[in-house]
Amino acid sequence: MDQGKFVERVLFLLALSSISSLVVITVFIFLEGLPLIFQTGFKDFILSSHWAPTKGHFGIGAMIVSSLLVTIGAMVLGVPLGLACAIVLAEFSSARLRSFLKPTLELLAGIPSVVYGFLGVIWLVPLIRNYLGGPGLSLLAAAVILGIMILPTIVSISIDALTAVPDIYRDGSIALGATEWQTVRRVVLPAASSGIITAIILGMGRAVGETMAVIMVAGNAIKLPTSILDPVRTLTSNIALELGYAAGRHREALFATGIVLFVIIMILNLSATLITRRR
Amino acid sequence: MIPRLHPKVTQAAAKTLLWALTGLTLLILIFIIVNISIKGLPQMTLGFLFQDPQDMGRHGGIFSTIIATVYVTLLAIVLASPLGVGTAIYLTEYTREGWATRIIRFGAECLAGVPSIILGLFGFVLFVMKLGFGWSILSGGLTLAIMVLPIIIRTAEEAIKAVPQEYREVCFSLGMSQWQTITRIVLPSALPGITTGIMLSVGRSLGETAVLLFTAGSALRMPTTLFDSGRTMAVHFYILAREGISMPNAYGTAAILMISILLINLAAYTLMQRLIKRYS
Repeated sequence: MDQGKFVERVLFLLALSSISSLVVITVFIFLEGLPLIFQTGFKDFILSSHWAPTKGHFGIGAMIVSSLLVTIGAMVLGVPLGLACAIVLAEFSSARLRSFLKPTLELLAGIPSVVYGFLGVIWLVPLIRNYLGGPGLSLLAAAVILGIMILPTIVSISIDALTAVPDIYRDGSIALGATEWQTVRRVVLPAASSGIITAIILGMGRAVGETMAVIMVAGNAIKLPTSILDPVRTLTSNIALELGYAAGRHREALFATGIVLFVIIMILNLSATLITRRR
Repeated sequence: MIPRLHPKVTQAAAKTLLWALTGLTLLILIFIIVNISIKGLPQMTLGFLFQDPQDMGRHGGIFSTIIATVYVTLLAIVLASPLGVGTAIYLTEYTREGWATRIIRFGAECLAGVPSIILGLFGFVLFVMKLGFGWSILSGGLTLAIMVLPIIIRTAEEAIKAVPQEYREVCFSLGMSQWQTITRIVLPSALPGITTGIMLSVGRSLGETAVLLFTAGSALRMPTTLFDSGRTMAVHFYILAREGISMPNAYGTAAILMISILLINLAAYTLMQRLIKRYS
């Protein structure tokens, strides 16, 4: 075999590393968790809210609901803020200001999640406890922190979507007598909509999967929340809180929790990929 | 009936609101950085940096956690760089777009979306339990390598694509083989971009907690072999803050962590901008 062929084969093997890692991760998580889901029954596992792993009760219903509520809360805060930043930077600011502000906002992504969680505990939780009531460690606190954490994802991808809209669209609209804002709202935003939806879905993926910051501010109580001031435990927190000491079936139940989380995230990521492809 | 506002009025209102929201976002960012710096920087003495933690981190510094962080990060980069750069070379130089590239790209994209707690679970069951590496620098480094692989692939691919096609044509016309062209011309030209990816990966590794808590463990001793458990700075900070062991030390650790990550990301960004300028 000549050198060129050999190099190509080796590089091909290296290139398979990412997809094979993904396959191995999926296989291991499912192998460890699926038996327990079958024993408990899929319906009981995801619908029951009775989680007492040492007594053989494995129901993650409350955690699924909490994860979804926390994520929705994060979107309510993160999407308007993120979109506003993206629109201002892409449409209303000078190129110089944009070239300074965009990387600055992207720096937010570099701040570790434990730091967000820590500041949440120090500043946000007492604020909620003193002014809104409840224990402070709550669904609301987790939603606010996550809403801030997903900003860089939403801003950065939305800006790319907005700047990809050709200037001819804007010029045409302005030439017809529309104001800048009418142009943005009626022409640019619809044209960039698939990119913006991708940004929102990827932001959701980050929010659902985030662990450390949520553990620190959410309170981690295992019950269905009745108000946004109630403490909640998400799927991710459940794994992280108990993996350190779980054994036997209890540990399997944590992997089963991981399966549910994994499936939710994969559905989100795949739909983001599909939307991007269609464009 | 709602009176129709003049478009200019609506525009003014919309712009004001959007700028206000942008301002709010920037304020949050500034608040985070300023708060951590003000409370943390006074802790950042030479003693804090170069003494081992004592009494669970209540006293002393964070030296052993810095070393553990450096070890797992180095290991992750050493493992992931050849895989990532190799993947990028294969994707850009050796193959046309087709099913193979689609699968490889799909794998990298999905891997980038896997949340760190899932990676932590995986590293825990495979490296810590099944392969018997225990909570160790090795388990932590291996799992981190998987985490940063997509970052390295993406940036390396962009960097290699940015090298002008004429460079390659000149090499071929001089009779160089494809491999010579890649190692002598393409990779050196793409090096700044590849370095950017590696720096971003270092930044990501420094701040990672969920993965390392369950793969590298949280032993406070100085790790001396690959099989020793090591508590990284991020994990140390998490434990200090969560268990309320020492607020000043938590702030100090957070400040060092945050400032080093921000500086690394800033340097990576600057490097990338210079590369873009050179080839456009």
